[in-house]
Amino acid sequence: MRFFLRRFAFYAITFWAAVTINFLIPRLLPGDPVSALIAMNQGRISTDAIEALRTLFGLDQDVSLWQQYVDYWALLLRGELGISFTYFPTPVTEVIQQALPWTIGLVGIATILSFTIGMLIGTGIGWRRGTWADSLLPISTFFSSVPYFWLALIAISVFSVTLGWFPASGSYDRSLVPTWSWEFIGSVIYYGFLPAMTIVISSIAGWILGMRNMMVTVSSEDYVTVAQAKGLSERAVMFGYAARNAVLPQVSSFALSLGFIVGGTLVMEIVFSYQGIGYFLFTAVAAKDYPLMQGIFLVITLAVLFANIVADFVYGVLDPRTRQEG
Amino acid sequence: MTLTSPLGHTQKLTSASDPVLEIKNLSVDYGYGYDDDPVHVLRQVSLTLGRGEVLGLAGESGCGKSTLAYAATRLLPPPGLITGGEVHFTDRDGRTTDILRLNDAQLRASRWQDLAIVFQGAMNSLNPVFRIGRQIADGIRAHRPEVSQKEALERSAELLELVGISPDRLRSYPHQLSGGMRQRVMIAMALALDPQVLIMDEPTTALDVVMQRQIVEQIAELRERLGFSVIFITHDVSLLIEIADRIAIMYAGEIVEDAAALDVYQRPRHPYSSALLHSFPPLRGPRRELTGIPGSPPDLSRLGAGCPFRDRCAFAFDACAKVNPELVFPNVPGDDPRRSVACLRHDPAAVRAVGEEPLPVPAELSAR
Repeated sequence: MRFFLRRFAFYAITFWAAVTINFLIPRLLPGDPVSALIAMNQGRISTDAIEALRTLFGLDQDVSLWQQYVDYWALLLRGELGISFTYFPTPVTEVIQQALPWTIGLVGIATILSFTIGMLIGTGIGWRRGTWADSLLPISTFFSSVPYFWLALIAISVFSVTLGWFPASGSYDRSLVPTWSWEFIGSVIYYGFLPAMTIVISSIAGWILGMRNMMVTVSSEDYVTVAQAKGLSERAVMFGYAARNAVLPQVSSFALSLGFIVGGTLVMEIVFSYQGIGYFLFTAVAAKDYPLMQGIFLVITLAVLFANIVADFVYGVLDPRTRQEG
Repeated sequence: MTLTSPLGHTQKLTSASDPVLEIKNLSVDYGYGYDDDPVHVLRQVSLTLGRGEVLGLAGESGCGKSTLAYAATRLLPPPGLITGGEVHFTDRDGRTTDILRLNDAQLRASRWQDLAIVFQGAMNSLNPVFRIGRQIADGIRAHRPEVSQKEALERSAELLELVGISPDRLRSYPHQLSGGMRQRVMIAMALALDPQVLIMDEPTTALDVVMQRQIVEQIAELRERLGFSVIFITHDVSLLIEIADRIAIMYAGEIVEDAAALDVYQRPRHPYSSALLHSFPPLRGPRRELTGIPGSPPDLSRLGAGCPFRDRCAFAFDACAKVNPELVFPNVPGDDPRRSVACLRHDPAAVRAVGEEPLPVPAELSAR
């Protein structure tokens, strides 16, 4: 229990620091959002509206940085992140709410797939090292060393343009109404297949390599020999003794990669015009949409933090040595 | 001066007519098949373990003791390769099987049931992520699928009690136990299926002397109670003299002397055994000078003809460079007929065969 309290305190402090930095950085940047908005609309907003906009964004009062900070926290705790400029007057929370499920769904599933398949292949190769299966290593490493955008473009040109098997962009058939119907879900899977595949292919090598090397290390541990000597089945030794221990270091990198799902897929979402968080972040940066950027950064920070909590917890479950009992 | 084991059981030599494990001409190479020059780490090793006997296997580091244990149980990790020999296991009902010729399923069924092993590293022999109860139980359940998990855990609790650990430790993880306790858990685990042979590969090496003593006494006591046979591997000869019925001394991948423990201690016949005994302070008996052994074991990858010990031997003569001695009955009248030694001083026939003049057995190697 003390363990969890200590972890909780640690994460609370990290959260506070992240939010504070997130608050400070945009305020240190030059320029102000109203002039950015006016510039973006290129004369379609009359200069008379400047005062009104300043009031709307809360820039009319001359409040101290501290007061702004306090207000920021108050808004944050009520779940308000301000109003997006690019999608004016949609609140930032709504934009993020729309984008987040797509990113988490697609990239999350792809990352889990990549991890699971990578672990299984790595276990197999590491267990029987020195066989033909080792040749999978250079092949998968080749794909992971190819820059992702290039791999994605090749995939589009081969599978969408030349073969026409998959759509080149988008996240579902625009003629469908988003509902929980089989037709719509099928369309989402169909549109998501190619981006997910490219993510899996480009990231799987790391998992295979890491797991294979850990398997090789763990396989020569005494307890694996003891398990063999006990006459346990090959499967029990391979999974229960060797892989069970080899997977431990992989779990923490997996949790970290879960955190980067939210932020780290910018390139994929741009190449495939997929309407996820990365795509919105890209447009927000291009349009100097500070509230949206700030909101997205906050969500990314929270995601990484949350993934860390999960990693901590899962690691405690998997490895009794990290638990502090009593 | 008399010599007794910790529990006072008398030294006995089990007759070879009731062997439980017979290793015959076992050879092991290190280096894969495509290597031009594999290293012969075990060369034609033969060893017999009698039922109920404690056989000590001693020798310097790197002489092949552990390799022998791993090879006989087919646990040898690559690049070790068994190149020849037989390992016959005789069951309680008299059925004999060659462990080296079992298929994978038969081998798996035989392991732990017939022959269990306690390994060198007490620290690393237990899976760090499973509770020890589960680790004892999974060995039981792998061989007796009809046993429920609950029954297997009950049996595990009994086994822990057998080695003097409180049954509530079943739910402990290995890192919560001390080194001595872990080694006891390993011994309990090895006894789970009531095996007939227990191979202990330096079971006390990582432990302090007090714990060493407790473990050794425990093994001796359990052996008395449960009647299994033990191959006890160590480089600590004085420890072996305490626990073993019979001692085999290994040097450079071969057995150089095989005799009753007391005979090895008081009447060594091989120069190496004699030198080895003078390298350890005896646990009991009068003080004697420690001389050590000059030089170091030969490089097994460039072992030529002749006796591998000759460079370090005080009694070497011309013939030693020409012929590798084989195990023969010592050339000392009145010796136990079951003992054997591989030294040309005891084998005049082999010396004459290469045209050399045999030399007599020196006084140091013919003590009565």
